[in-house]
Amino acid sequence: MEDLRYLDDVSTLVLDQEKCIGCTLCTQVCPQSVFEMQGNKSQIVDFNACMECGACVNNCPTQAIRVSPGVG
Amino acid sequence: MNPSSDTAPKKTGLSTTGISIMPSMDTSISTGAAQNTDPLAAYEKPGYKLQSFVSHFIRTEAGDIPVIKTRPGKDDLFSSFYVRCGINRHRYAVAPGLYAVGSPDKTSEVLVTANFKLTFDHLRKELEKINAWILVLDTKGVNVWCAASKGTFATRELVARIKAVSLEKIVDHKQLIVPQLGATGVSAKEVKKLSGFRVIFGPIRAKDIPAFLNNDKKADKHMRQVTFTLYERFIITPVEVQIVLKPALIAALILFVLSGIGPEIFSFSNAWQRGLLCVSAMVSGIVSGAVITPVLLPFVPGRAFALKGMITGSIVALIILILSSAAASGASGFAALFLFSVSISSYLAMNFTGTTPFTSPSGVEKEMKQYIPVQLGALVLAAGLWMYSAF
Repeated sequence: MEDLRYLDDVSTLVLDQEKCIGCTLCTQVCPQSVFEMQGNKSQIVDFNACMECGACVNNCPTQAIRVSPGVG
Repeated sequence: MNPSSDTAPKKTGLSTTGISIMPSMDTSISTGAAQNTDPLAAYEKPGYKLQSFVSHFIRTEAGDIPVIKTRPGKDDLFSSFYVRCGINRHRYAVAPGLYAVGSPDKTSEVLVTANFKLTFDHLRKELEKINAWILVLDTKGVNVWCAASKGTFATRELVARIKAVSLEKIVDHKQLIVPQLGATGVSAKEVKKLSGFRVIFGPIRAKDIPAFLNNDKKADKHMRQVTFTLYERFIITPVEVQIVLKPALIAALILFVLSGIGPEIFSFSNAWQRGLLCVSAMVSGIVSGAVITPVLLPFVPGRAFALKGMITGSIVALIILILSSAAASGASGFAALFLFSVSISSYLAMNFTGTTPFTSPSGVEKEMKQYIPVQLGALVLAAGLWMYSAF
């Protein structure tokens, strides 16, 4: 979403690259293109676009990604 | 119809509105009555009505499956219009289960979707010339994305539905195409573990499905990104307005009463004249917060929606108040109406964060902590000024 940006520096998204096995699922399920593959590891390339929907967390096979919004 | 969580194989393609059939009743289709020339006549059953989107049925090892039309009929268009206006929005569902488009066989793809009728119609109209199975999950009439975050479009329901329709008898492959926005609720890994079926996340929008299928089931980057275009923002505003209609009517009554209070204790002519000014300030706040701000979203300055609502609300309120010659009620009266209108606009714009596809819960929480005190303060100040202006 390039023309519509929400508040910066609020997302609770954390990616632990150590645990990433390079399956690319997070790059497929994220509706905001937050992740991109860099070599065989996923990397956060647009942190402020994260809307904390949890699709990546739900599909990461190694629990390398975390999102912990409050009540929402 | 009771959308309970049981996953017993329900007959899809038939509506059971207001009718309960005894569970012991045999629902198998009688072939003895096939004298009629209409092939669908064999599917008539007492107490059921065939859905208008079903064209015919195909026989499979797992029973007869309704084949659906890919072109929406007049009924569908009318009901889509109603649901966009917020009428009967909460029971707009199709029966969960298995459907077919075209003439699918054992090698055809299985597309998974939600049982919100608008979602279902959206999907089928993009599937002209495609042969596929459509597995409709019971999401209680909610769209894929919202249902995924509420836990109804989820691993558990998908796995149960695969078993309920005996999908292994329908296709001889082990692959499902799940819409990408379902990923919040569906875990590909869990589905594989529990059902043996491999989930492939398809494009966000149904219109990209033909291209996705032709491209070896690979989605381009644009197929994976949500959008929020002018049209998409516009088409959801009627529901935003419909939601505030009832509280607005109650508020209007209160405003008329409050406006009558003055030096003569209570004046009916004041209640009417000053009340009308209040109501027009409220209506302009609603139009600004629930229609203009959403539609013009990217063009209104600021990131926080509450701030956007204040900016739009100030402009709209000034125009409306000047046109309605509110200045006649003095500087304090004018200020009261302005603050009242702007705080409503700001609140409703903030509320709109729940409808957009790009706001994070953490962001919304931050915004609410920051702006609700401001909105409340403005409201209290407006009420005080309005009472003061009567004396």
